[in-house]
Amino acid sequence: MGKALNTFTNGLLRENPTIVLVLGMCPTLATTTSAINGMSMGLATTFVLLCSNVVISALRNLIPDKVHIPAYIVVIASFVTILQLVMQAYLPGLYASLGLFIPLIVVNCIVLGRAEAFAAKNGVGLSALDGLGMGFGFTISLTILGIVREFLGTGKIFDLAIMPEECGMLVFVLAPGAFIALALLMALVNSLKK
Amino acid sequence: MLYFLIFISAIFVNNIVLSQFLGICPFLGVSKKIDTALGMGAAVTFVLTIATIVTYLLQKYLLEPFSIEFLQTIVFILVIAALVQMIEIVLKKISPALYQALGVFLPLITTNCCVLGVAILVANGTAKLPVIDGNPAQVDLLTGTIFAFATAIGFALALVLFAGIREQLAMTKLPKAMQGTPIALLTAGLLAMAFMGFSGVV
Repeated sequence: MGKALNTFTNGLLRENPTIVLVLGMCPTLATTTSAINGMSMGLATTFVLLCSNVVISALRNLIPDKVHIPAYIVVIASFVTILQLVMQAYLPGLYASLGLFIPLIVVNCIVLGRAEAFAAKNGVGLSALDGLGMGFGFTISLTILGIVREFLGTGKIFDLAIMPEECGMLVFVLAPGAFIALALLMALVNSLKK
Repeated sequence: MLYFLIFISAIFVNNIVLSQFLGICPFLGVSKKIDTALGMGAAVTFVLTIATIVTYLLQKYLLEPFSIEFLQTIVFILVIAALVQMIEIVLKKISPALYQALGVFLPLITTNCCVLGVAILVANGTAKLPVIDGNPAQVDLLTGTIFAFATAIGFALALVLFAGIREQLAMTKLPKAMQGTPIALLTAGLLAMAFMGFSGVV
């Protein structure tokens, strides 16, 4: 029980993929223009991470060592394709706004990284927990970054107006703001850690 | 004229790293020295151009005629992975000098999202091409290839500029919390702001 809990919380804080491991920077910067986009991207990645971790861990003794990377990529790409089809059918608006970054989950270093570092060595249950923990860790950081950028940029949080739109600094919704907001968030976490 | 505009647009106005957020991992990872940045830039230019041509042909002559476009993601990532391996083997045989220079960067490129990203953009015809006389240019094999090449040059340019700044940055005194990734991201933010000045040029 202790080990299971440990595996789950590992991704949330101690090895948070975005803030601590600095993995998966492209979706982190690109899709956090608003809190809802950041959260959706995080949840989409969580789905792929959970499914690919479970399947890869179940097949870990069957996949020959020589071709393990291509095999993992095929598993991950299949789940991304499933996600693409489901989102196109039921969430077309969201799919359009996240755009290119949904197929690009395939090359998100977090997914392949967890397959290689955790799912290939551990049982199905633990791997599922690891996938969920890492996914939620990713989702939380993306949502926080989305909230910060949306609030500073447009004065809204989750589309709720907090302050008048004229007070927003548009730069935080644009490209430079993404880099600057993430830099300050990381510096904040670094200084809190001590 | 169109081809020239594609270059300006892909390198400066819609720079792949600083305004499209593709390829951030190598941008942060291999930008500590100008030499390695140049090597990575050259390797990406090479692979990105070839990968875009191959994936575009696959999309037009395999996926679309059989209406299996939904397999795009799987097919493209496998083709890119195989292509990188093949380029590595061919390069080793025909040009050991070039292999010496680019060799270490090649395996890293498979998971570089700008390769898959640009391949998907060109294959789906959603690449941002300049507008001439009110009509956006059409994506075909030639414009797509030029777009991919120019995009890669834009990536190399951003990488080398960033490496130049980081070499200087390594010698400055910083607050402890800002050291490492935070200051690198902040620098990238300022660089992105500078590139925003190009918006509206094309």
